[in-house]
Amino acid sequence: MDFSSSLALIAPELLLSLSGLALLLLAAWGGDRAARLISILACVALGAAFCLVAPAVCGGFAGPDRVAFAGQFRADAFAGFAKLMIYAASGAVLVVAPAFLERLRSMRAEFPVLVLFSVLGMSIMVSAGDLITLYIGLEMQSLSAYVLAAFVRNDTRSSEAGLKYFVLGALASGILLFGMSLVYGFAGTTSFEGIGFALSGAMGTGALFGMIFVLAGLAFKISAVPFHMWTPDVYEGAPTPITAFFASAPKVAAIALLSRVMLEAFGGQVDAWRQVVIFLALASIVVGALGAIGQSNVKRLLAYSSINNVGFILLGLAVATTQGASAMLVYLAIYVPMTIAGFVAVLMLRDAEGNAVERIADLSGLSRTRPALAWCLMIVMFSLAGIPPMFGFWGKFVVFSALVEADFVALAAIGIAASVIGAFYYLMVVKVMFFDEPADTYLAKGDVPHWALLAISTLAISPFGFLATGWLGALADRAAASMTLLV
Amino acid sequence: MGGFPILSLMLLVPLLGAIGCLFSGERGARTIALSATAINLVLGIVMWVSFDIGGAQWQFTERADVFAGFSWALGIDGIALMLIVLTVFLMPICILASASIVKRVPEYMAAFLFMEVLMIGVFSAQDIFLFYIFFEASLIPMYLIIGVWGGDNRIYASYKFFLYTLFGSLLMLIAMMWMVNVAGTSSIPELMTYDFPPQAQVWLFLAFFASFAVKMPMWPVHTWLPDAHVQAPTAGSVILAGVLLKMGGYGFIRFSLPMFPEASAQLAWLIWGLSMVAVVVTSLIALVQHDMKKLIAYSSVAHMAIVTIGLFAFNVQGLEGAMMVMLGHGLVSGALFLCVGVIYDRLHTREIARYGGLAINMPRYAMFFLLFTMASVGLPGTSNFVGEFLSLAGAYQTNSWVAFVGTTGIILGAAYMLYLYRRVVFGGQNNADAAAMADLGPREWLMLAPLAAATLWMGIYPESFLAPMRSDIAVLNARIARAAPQGDARLAVGTVDPATAVHGHEAPTHDVPGGAH
Repeated sequence: MDFSSSLALIAPELLLSLSGLALLLLAAWGGDRAARLISILACVALGAAFCLVAPAVCGGFAGPDRVAFAGQFRADAFAGFAKLMIYAASGAVLVVAPAFLERLRSMRAEFPVLVLFSVLGMSIMVSAGDLITLYIGLEMQSLSAYVLAAFVRNDTRSSEAGLKYFVLGALASGILLFGMSLVYGFAGTTSFEGIGFALSGAMGTGALFGMIFVLAGLAFKISAVPFHMWTPDVYEGAPTPITAFFASAPKVAAIALLSRVMLEAFGGQVDAWRQVVIFLALASIVVGALGAIGQSNVKRLLAYSSINNVGFILLGLAVATTQGASAMLVYLAIYVPMTIAGFVAVLMLRDAEGNAVERIADLSGLSRTRPALAWCLMIVMFSLAGIPPMFGFWGKFVVFSALVEADFVALAAIGIAASVIGAFYYLMVVKVMFFDEPADTYLAKGDVPHWALLAISTLAISPFGFLATGWLGALADRAAASMTLLV
Repeated sequence: MGGFPILSLMLLVPLLGAIGCLFSGERGARTIALSATAINLVLGIVMWVSFDIGGAQWQFTERADVFAGFSWALGIDGIALMLIVLTVFLMPICILASASIVKRVPEYMAAFLFMEVLMIGVFSAQDIFLFYIFFEASLIPMYLIIGVWGGDNRIYASYKFFLYTLFGSLLMLIAMMWMVNVAGTSSIPELMTYDFPPQAQVWLFLAFFASFAVKMPMWPVHTWLPDAHVQAPTAGSVILAGVLLKMGGYGFIRFSLPMFPEASAQLAWLIWGLSMVAVVVTSLIALVQHDMKKLIAYSSVAHMAIVTIGLFAFNVQGLEGAMMVMLGHGLVSGALFLCVGVIYDRLHTREIARYGGLAINMPRYAMFFLLFTMASVGLPGTSNFVGEFLSLAGAYQTNSWVAFVGTTGIILGAAYMLYLYRRVVFGGQNNADAAAMADLGPREWLMLAPLAAATLWMGIYPESFLAPMRSDIAVLNARIARAAPQGDARLAVGTVDPATAVHGHEAPTHDVPGGAH
């Protein structure tokens, strides 16, 4: 493969990095007054990248002519599917964040640029075909994210969140690097394909250690239990739009990356890692659900909810089939609008002085003070709980049917029984909004972008979403098939 | 009716009505809800009239493959038809009964109309996953109805209702996935004729049982029901008792029996045992209640146990009886909750002791209440008699002990219902405020009179209701016949040597006529 066709394959990444650099210059030159403009331009860049990736996903492109730079980069449909979700989620965050940050007097021109670079990192992550590419993408995404978490400098909680995220994230990167070095030592190569080839058959203890360390490092990034401790603190402390960002785009990227590493590089060793993934999945479901019950802060609740959701997604990975991978993608495609809708609804809650409201108790009687918002949030909550006819049910449905098809009936039964615990706290939010007496009246301060985003994402997870199951399933199937499974 | 999608229309009308209610005021919402349910009642009657008795098993079928993994397939047989008719019949009455609701009326009406959509969906779904979606989705509006418009302890009751039933259904979902994976189809008619391996059937049966037993509800997982009933508003109780409980029975008759006949027979002892306990225990509990709604709720559990006894009798009588008890109980318990609602609206208490002597100041009310009390007891001429008699007669052929214990439920039922009636309607007027209550108004007449008429119709000429179901029940009976357990009440005709009989041994003469009482 020659250089020019490799360049053509990384066109979305090129576009993102060039526009990021250009916007950085604009930021340096125009200062904070240009922040709004830069946000809009960043959104445009994301939209353009979205359009560049879309054909690869619709066509289900796969095979050797989608591999760039001698196997270091894969522009296949699987990566494309994840990228579409990442771009869409990040675009949504860029739409809602400026208004929020301006109210805190923290809107700076660097914000959209940082988001763009983080997105670039994620884009590289999901396309990685080599441990080095993986690490570069991961670090690029993480470093931008650390800064974003601490973006509101005059708020100690935000700074604390940034610091915590940085320290623990660095630890995770260290674990990951250590694992990668072991894997390299035993496989003699860093490319996924090569590792898959070298580690087929019986695996030595050293390589096993390497694999487990890689898995642990990545589990950190997707905040699977027992590597989840940072999540509630960071989600609570970070500014709400940025929390929405953390809960959506990087999750998608890290999960897509994790599944590619496990299925392609370590696909020959499924029996070795399946038990670990099953443990991570079940522990995440249970701890995510139990942890959420005692929370009084909406953002912490959503943090635990995201841990809980990661557990369900990991069940799809534990299947280790194309179907399982496809189910994960479908789940993610539903999880992203659910998360965005949830956080946008939280963003729209403000008290009379315009301060953000984050306590669950403050939602009391929302159905009477702001019925439209309450109904949207109710759809989000039932969707997260996976109660039909909300579309969130479909995500769980595909994951569990992949499990059942692969004969993991007992695992499916345990997983689904544990989801009842989760239903409890989603119900609690609905109860507070609908059954309790109104606590305080909020100003109906819904500006158009918020309402539009909320409407679109709520519509996507409402029962109307079922009309999309056909093409969503087909796209996800083709995307999953574009990976070369070694299983 | 040709290819006219009447079932989809019956789903669409209340759905549009519900959305309309959300965007209208109080008065508008009441009008929309009443007209939407009335249109559906008309559609239901049209469907009943045009249902071809003895024709194809599945009628009014429609199918659209708009989803991945499952399809929008609707269609009904006689069993589903009767349950849909029951639903559309009770809905306008529920809307009328909601006149006393003044809090958040548009949302209330919308929740009820959503409920109607889902209930009709459950009974008409021909795709197993579509069924599941409707079945499970009914939790959401019911949760809101109990939680927003319920009594003092509504939060606890709504949680209990939701989590109990959710847990039951989720295991069923996994079983459904397994079945679809093995059988290669998600169509209910096809699955009903697919033979699953008997070992797997036991597990599948238990998974479905977890869901339907909770919904039914069977002892000992019935405890959500009294709480939910007591806390729900009157119309909520009517829908809960009238239709929602029938989803469990419908599930048994549509899924458990035809799909897992061997497992049904193997585990019949479980159903029998639980039903026998339920009949006796919940009837005794009903006897000591001070709260009218709780009493009727416990009586519902006892009646539902008669349904399961009939279902697992493995003969036509039992199945027909179970269906008739379901229909009759739908009418009668709904009517009893309405009767409680009538006096609750006046005095705002369900305490039995606060009433008394209502026959003096509310004679018409007393008459209706008497009719429904008698129907609940199972007096001949009322709807419940037909069903209870058939169920128990069917059960007797299979297991005489089950029939024996089940019949004590009828006696105990008479005890607690008559005791309730005595305390509320007869006796002296001990409470001045109860004595001052006015008799039925026109709206209440409009609610109770159709129910009374239907109760008598079903009791006097049950053939109208049995005819559409007959061929479907025969099909079901033929399906489960191969696994049906042998009855213990069969004649034990010994091959006695005539010579010994002549010589005067006592034994042979004893065990000839139906020896197993």
